[in-house]
Amino acid sequence: MISFNLLVAVCLAYVGFLFLIAFWAERRADQGRGGWLHSPAVYTLSLSIYCTAWTFYGAVGYAARSGLEFVTIYLGPTLVFVGWWWILRKLVRVGRRERVTSIADLISARFGKSNLLGVMVTVISVAASTPYIALQLQSVTLSFSVFATGTPQGWALPDQRATAFWVAAGLTLFTILFGTRNLDADERHHGVVTAIAFEAVMKLVALLSVGVFVVWGVAGGPSEVLAHIEASQLADWPMQPGRWVGLIFVSAAAILTLPRMFQVMVVENVDEAHLATASWAFPLYLMAMSLFVVPIAVIGLEVLPKGSNPDLFVLTLPLAYDRGGLALLAFLGGFSSATSMVIVAAIALATMVSNHIVVPLWLASRRGRAGDAGDVRGLVLLARRLSIAAILALGYFYYRLSGGSSALAAIGLIAFVGVAQVLPAMIGGLFWRGASSVGVGMGLLTGFSVWLYSFFLPSFGAGGLLSATLIAEGPWGIGWLRPQALFGLSGMDPLLHAIFWSLSLNILAFVTGSLLSIPGPVERIQALAFVRVFDGDAAAPSWTRDSGAEAEELLTLTQGFLGNDEALVFFRTEAGRQGKAGFLPDATPDFIERLERRLAGAVGAATAHAMIAQHAGRAVISAEDLLAVASDAQQIMESSAELRQKSEELTRTARALSEANEKLTALSVQKDAFLSQISHELRTPMTSIRAFSEILAEPDLAPEDRVRFTGVIKDEAVRLTRLLDDLLDLSVLENRKAQLTIRAANLHDLINRALAAASNTRPERAFIFDRDQGAEFLPVITDADRLVQVFINLVSNARKYCDADPPKLKIVARRKAGRITVDFIDNGAGIPKEARGLIFEKFVRMTDTARAGGAGLGLAICREIMASLGGSVAYLPGQGGAAFRVTLPVRPLSVAPDSGS
Amino acid sequence: MMTGRVLLIEDEANIAEAIRFILTRDGWDVTIHADGATALDRLRALRPDALVLDVMLPGLSGYEILDALRADSMLADLPVLILTARGQEREREMAAARGATLFMTKPFANADILASLRQLVGR
Repeated sequence: MISFNLLVAVCLAYVGFLFLIAFWAERRADQGRGGWLHSPAVYTLSLSIYCTAWTFYGAVGYAARSGLEFVTIYLGPTLVFVGWWWILRKLVRVGRRERVTSIADLISARFGKSNLLGVMVTVISVAASTPYIALQLQSVTLSFSVFATGTPQGWALPDQRATAFWVAAGLTLFTILFGTRNLDADERHHGVVTAIAFEAVMKLVALLSVGVFVVWGVAGGPSEVLAHIEASQLADWPMQPGRWVGLIFVSAAAILTLPRMFQVMVVENVDEAHLATASWAFPLYLMAMSLFVVPIAVIGLEVLPKGSNPDLFVLTLPLAYDRGGLALLAFLGGFSSATSMVIVAAIALATMVSNHIVVPLWLASRRGRAGDAGDVRGLVLLARRLSIAAILALGYFYYRLSGGSSALAAIGLIAFVGVAQVLPAMIGGLFWRGASSVGVGMGLLTGFSVWLYSFFLPSFGAGGLLSATLIAEGPWGIGWLRPQALFGLSGMDPLLHAIFWSLSLNILAFVTGSLLSIPGPVERIQALAFVRVFDGDAAAPSWTRDSGAEAEELLTLTQGFLGNDEALVFFRTEAGRQGKAGFLPDATPDFIERLERRLAGAVGAATAHAMIAQHAGRAVISAEDLLAVASDAQQIMESSAELRQKSEELTRTARALSEANEKLTALSVQKDAFLSQISHELRTPMTSIRAFSEILAEPDLAPEDRVRFTGVIKDEAVRLTRLLDDLLDLSVLENRKAQLTIRAANLHDLINRALAAASNTRPERAFIFDRDQGAEFLPVITDADRLVQVFINLVSNARKYCDADPPKLKIVARRKAGRITVDFIDNGAGIPKEARGLIFEKFVRMTDTARAGGAGLGLAICREIMASLGGSVAYLPGQGGAAFRVTLPVRPLSVAPDSGS
Repeated sequence: MMTGRVLLIEDEANIAEAIRFILTRDGWDVTIHADGATALDRLRALRPDALVLDVMLPGLSGYEILDALRADSMLADLPVLILTARGQEREREMAAARGATLFMTKPFANADILASLRQLVGR
C-alpha cells in the first residue's frame, strides 16, 4: 500500500519535475527558441487553471449532492468562449495594446489611469481569492489524509494543519522562483505557463483514468452505468431554473474577471490568434473534464459506505478496489489542479499588490525628488515576492479560521460572486464610452460591500464572524437589513440572493455615477482607446507636443525599470522609427506615449503615467487638450485621425529621407575627399622625414639635436608603415577578401591578450579595469586574432581619450539568445551625440592628430572586422562615458569551424 | 641678424619643430600655435611680420583663418604662406583666390621654405 513517505516522495518528485519543465521552457524562451511553447495548444491548456481542485474533487461531490447542477460551472465559460468570443477578443486586444499587467491594471488604465480604482480591484481580488486559495490547500490536505484512513494498515494521520502549512510554503517557494525571476516588460512567464499546461494534461489524464476504471472496471460497461444512474437518486433531483441561470451567469463572469484567468488569458497571451483555437478547444477540455463526473458520483454513492465524503470519491473509489497506482494518479491530478491554481493566482495577485499598492506608496514617499530613479527593479521584485508570501499566508490563515470543513463547492462560489463585482466595470469600460471612474468606484464599492455582508461573512456560519441573531433578525433588529434577506427579499437561495443584490446594486451605482460625473481628459482619451480598439490608432496621445522631457533623462528612468539592455533596445527601435537610427529618439508625444505603455507593462498604467509625469512635468494635459477631447471636438478628431496618421507618416518619411540624404552627402564628400585624405596622411609624416633628413645632413648640428631628430624620423617612418598597413587591411576587409582563421577560443583569454597589448597606450596613467572575470569564460568560435584586434582598438581608444581621474574601463561579457556581447564602457566624457553617427567612418578623429596618433581608421577597421565575423560593433548611448558594444554570434554564420588551420 | 617675427600655425608637432629649427637658424623669431580656433586671437596679439599657415587644423581650417584675417583691416595686408599636404592643383588656385601670398605643398625642401619666407617680407 502507499505509505506516507512514498506519498511525500511522489509529491516532491512531481514538483521537482515541474521545476525542470519551467526551467527548461524559460531557457528556451530566453534563447529565442520558444517554438511550440508559444502554440495555441499550450495557451488553451493554460486556460485550464479554471479547473481547480474544486472541479477535480468537488464536481463529483457537487453531483452527489445536487445532481446535474455542477454542469453550470462548465456551461458559463463554454458560453463565453463559444458565444461571446468577441468580448474575449476585444479584451485581449486592449490588454496587449495597453500592456495591461492585471485586471486591476485594466480597470485603472481604462478609467483615467486612476490608481484608486486599481487599489479597489486589488482589494476585491485578494478578498475573493483568499477563500479560493484556502480551498486548494484544504483539498490537498484532505487528499493526503484519505491515504491515511483509506488503507487497512493505515499510517498515523498527519497533522492536517502542518500538511497545509508545508504545502503553502512549498507553493510560495515555487511561485517566487518562477513568477518573479525577472521583471520583464511584458510580464510573461513562459516557464510557469508551460508547467501549468503540463499540469492541465496531468489532471485530465487522471480524471479520465478514474472514470474509465469506474465505468468499465467497477460498473461493467456504459449500459450498466446508465442503468445505475436511472436508479439513483441523482436522476430525481429537481432542476431549479433560478439557480441554473444564476450559476451559469456567475461562472461566465468568473472566467472574465478571476485574476488568474485574466493572467493566463490576456497577460500571458502571446498571439491573439490563439484565442480562435481556444474558443473551441477549451470548451472541449471542459467537456472531457465533466464526462465521468456523474458515473463516478453514482457508483461512489452505491459502492462506498454511507457517510463517505463524496468530494473525495475520485480517490476513495480506486482505493476501495485496491488500485493504489490509480489512486496515486488521481492524487497527482488533484495536486496539479490545486497547485496550478495557487501559483497563477498568487502571481496575478502579487502583481496587483506590488503595482497598485507598494510601488505607488514608494513613489509618493519620494515625491519632489524627480531625479534619477535608480534601479527600482529590485524594489518591485522584492514587493512581488513579499506579496506572494503574504497572499499564501492569508490563504493558509483562512483555512485555519474556517476550520476547513465547509463543502468545497460553496467556497468556490463565494469567490466567483466576489470577483464578478468587477464585471460591470470591465464590460462598461470596453463598450460604453460614457462609463466613468466615479461610476466604477461607486459600483465596485457598493457591490463589494453587499457581497461581503450578504455572502462572504455569513459563509463562516451563524455565530462565526456574524452573530446568529444578526443573521436571523438583522442589525439592531432591523428586519430589512438581514444579510440573507436584504430589503425584505426573503426565502431566496442565499447564492441567488447575493448575486441579485450585489450585482444589481453594483450596476445601478455604476450607471448612476457614470451619468452624473464628467470624466477627466486622460479618462476620455482612454475611453476612446478602449471602446474603439479595433478602429486602428484612433486615440490621441495624452502627451502634448512640447513635453519638455529629455530623451537622455527618460533613458535613465527606463533603465531603472527595464534594465540597461532592454531599455537600449527599446530606445534604438524608437529612434529607428523616427528615422534617427544611431541616435536617441526625440521626446515626441508619440514616443512618450509608447514609452509609457512599455513601462506600464512593468509597473502598471497608473504608476507609469505618474513616473513619466514627474519627468515631463509640464506635459500633463493642457487646456488645449481639454478642448480637444471635449465631446464636440472629439467627433472632428476621430474623422481627422486618418489624416493625422497620414501626415505623421509623411513627416516620418521626410525625416528619414533627409537623414539619408545627409548621410549620402557626407559619404560622397568623404569618397571625394578620400584620395586627398590619403595624400594628406602620407605626406604629413613624409614632410617631417624629409625636413629632418636635410637638417641631419648639416655638419654643425649639436649631438643631442642629432639624436632627437633621428628619433623623430624613425617614429614618423613607423607611422607611415602603420598607415599603409591599415589601409591595406581595410581594403582587404571591405572587399571581404580577408582570410579568417576560425577556431574555438576562450573569450577571457582574448580580453586578457587585448588588455596586455593595449597597455602601452599612455602607460604613465594607472588605468582601472572593472571586469567580472567569471562571466568572461565563454567559448567563442571565431577568428581570435581579428577579434583581439577589435578589442585592442577599443581598449586603447579608452586609454587614449578617457580623461576621468582615475580613468576606468568597465568590461562586461554576456551571452544571450545565441549571441555574445562584450561592452567596453569608460568613465570619460563620452562621444557627443552629433558625432556618434560618424565615428565608424574612415578618417574620422575626435581630437587632433597628435593625440590620436593614428589616421582615424581604427573604428572603421573594427566595423569591417566585426561584419566579416558575422557580428557588429556599435556605440552604446546613455552609459555615462564612451561605450561600445561588440556583438558576435556564438558560432559563425557561414564558416564551418576549422580546427586544423 | 634679425629677419622678423613669424607665426607658424601647424598642429603636427614634428613638422612645426622642423620648420622652427630651419627658420630660427636663418634669424627668424618663430612662434608656434597648434590650434585653429584660437589662431586669430594669437595673431592679433602677436602682430607678426609673416604667417605660415597649415590648412588642416583642428577647430578652424587654414582657409577659414585666411578668410577671417583678410576681412580684418588690421591684418588684411599680412603676408601669408599656405602649407598643405593635400597636393592637388585645385588647392593652389583655391589658396590664391582666398588671398594667400604664397603656396607650398608638403613635403618641401628646406631651402624652399627659407626662400619663400624671404620673398614674403620682400627681401
